[in-house]
Amino acid sequence: MILARVVGTVVATRKDPRLEGKKLLVLKPISPDGKEEAGYVVAVDTVGAGFRETVIAVSGSSARMAEGCRDRPVDTAIVGIVDTVSLDRRE
Amino acid sequence: MYLGRVVGRVWATVKNANLTGQRLLIVQPVTPELKDKGRPIICTDWTGAGAGELIYWTRAREASFAFLPDEVVTDATIVGIVDAIRVKREAHRGDGGSG
Repeated sequence: MILARVVGTVVATRKDPRLEGKKLLVLKPISPDGKEEAGYVVAVDTVGAGFRETVIAVSGSSARMAEGCRDRPVDTAIVGIVDTVSLDRRE
Repeated sequence: MYLGRVVGRVWATVKNANLTGQRLLIVQPVTPELKDKGRPIICTDWTGAGAGELIYWTRAREASFAFLPDEVVTDATIVGIVDAIRVKREAHRGDGGSG
């Protein structure tokens, strides 16, 4: 999984019917210490994540194991809203 | 599978039900020479690995197999704690044998 920040939403009226009712959010991958990393990804939100929140996103075919994503054309899903990130001090 | 070192942990109360009770550890992928390589990722943990431990993890859908028959939504799972690594570097003729 990756850590990411919710930076936007995607609205698509014409889309695969199996994506009906799925909220699509734009995510910016971030490093554990909060720095933004390259790239963006559109993910199905299964936990009700809000704007600017830090989330956990799962990718690949595992994303179809996220709640409500079975047999849907989804390869990235938000599966958690982060409370705390703790990094061990590296010597 | 890939080598990595546990460098932290993530807590999330609001999450998919099948992640309940799963430890979410931050893993820094490393080379066999234990040099950091690439971005840290978040792994579910099947082994009970502790901070700083050297581990190896499985990627993609197979990462959820460690938890079968339970269905855990994950694309990276720590499946082993490394005791030792031995890498035999062959010296190739004509390439100066460096690196």
